[in-house]
Amino acid sequence: MKIAFTATAPDWSALIDPRFGRAAYLMVYDEETDTLKTIDNNDIRQAEHGAGVAMAQKLFETGAQVLITGNGPGDSAMKALNKMSLQIVTGMYDISLQKAYQHYLEQNK
Amino acid sequence: MDKNRTYRIAVASGKGGTGKTLVATNLADMWSVDRELLLVDLDVEEPNDALFLSVVPEPAQTQFKMIPEWNSDRCTLCDICTEVCNFNAIARMGEYIIVFEELCHSCYACSGLCPTDALPMKPRRMGELQIAKREQFYFIEGRLDIGQEQAVPMIRKVIQTVDKRQDIPDLQLFDCPPGTSCPVVNAVHTADLVILVTEPTAFGLNDLQLAVETMRSMNKEMGVVINRDGIGDDAVQRWCDASGIEVIATIPYDSQLAYAYAKGKLSWKTNSRLREALEEIIAYVSEKMKTHV
Repeated sequence: MKIAFTATAPDWSALIDPRFGRAAYLMVYDEETDTLKTIDNNDIRQAEHGAGVAMAQKLFETGAQVLITGNGPGDSAMKALNKMSLQIVTGMYDISLQKAYQHYLEQNK
Repeated sequence: MDKNRTYRIAVASGKGGTGKTLVATNLADMWSVDRELLLVDLDVEEPNDALFLSVVPEPAQTQFKMIPEWNSDRCTLCDICTEVCNFNAIARMGEYIIVFEELCHSCYACSGLCPTDALPMKPRRMGELQIAKREQFYFIEGRLDIGQEQAVPMIRKVIQTVDKRQDIPDLQLFDCPPGTSCPVVNAVHTADLVILVTEPTAFGLNDLQLAVETMRSMNKEMGVVINRDGIGDDAVQRWCDASGIEVIATIPYDSQLAYAYAKGKLSWKTNSRLREALEEIIAYVSEKMKTHV
């Protein structure tokens, strides 16, 4: 399964970025291959309008089934995300990707 | 003034709640005793000028904006639309194209460039336009529907209406939305003169500086009105003097003005200090109009 994170920096020890559309990075962990892929979100976070929508499309294209983030996507982004089957985990604040992933595993095993 | 030579004054401000509506409604009502004029409420997200005016409205006109509608049968999922949109108003989620009405700027790019005509433009209701009249006083208001996120299309419709109608007076007063973003830029775009209303506080000064910078980038002629004088310091006056911006008038703080305003009443007949300030504004504008080409 692929797990996506909104991240402040591109590694496991970085904090979760609470923002969705304007997160610094989108990180995708592939549990099968044990690899962490970095997607720089610089182009989208600079957008004046519709960052959440653009991020939703980007997330869709990664094929992730779980999203771990902070505040959670806004209304427009949710309208797009409803077209995919995605589990959204929100409320991860001031916590590293690593810790957030562990919490997620504990809650879902 | 020449019949085909209009003079348009925008009443704007960086900071909200400084007194744009107080100045615009009182100025328009007082000036209309002497001459024909038009007041336009362009604060389409929260228009409130009408609360202060006794005018008889014509039937409201429903306003539409054009939004693309996805036709899934015709679509080949080529992605031209999602790539061409400057506002991220279209997303492709697998086999679905989703149009975000609230982000769309009605630019037609996606619709026009679609090779299979799968995004025809369709009208969507965005709000209402109201025209009202009383003797020499003309009034137009744009009002967005609740939930509409974009003010600019409505502001443009209202200004188009003012431009098109033949029976509109030459002297036009636009009560603008606050701030320095797209709605304000569009509201003041066609103005010959901008009156920036501010208050003598640190917030008033900071936002006035932003507004002045915005107006300068648009090459607008402008003057400042300081409202609620006496509640803060003289930093606004000093900054205006140092920056070569004329303070047209100063309205002293008076709780009676606030009481009357809260009751939806105009104060120029009862408040002599306000009346003096408005007279100064009229004199200033009249001078500007003489040299206007």
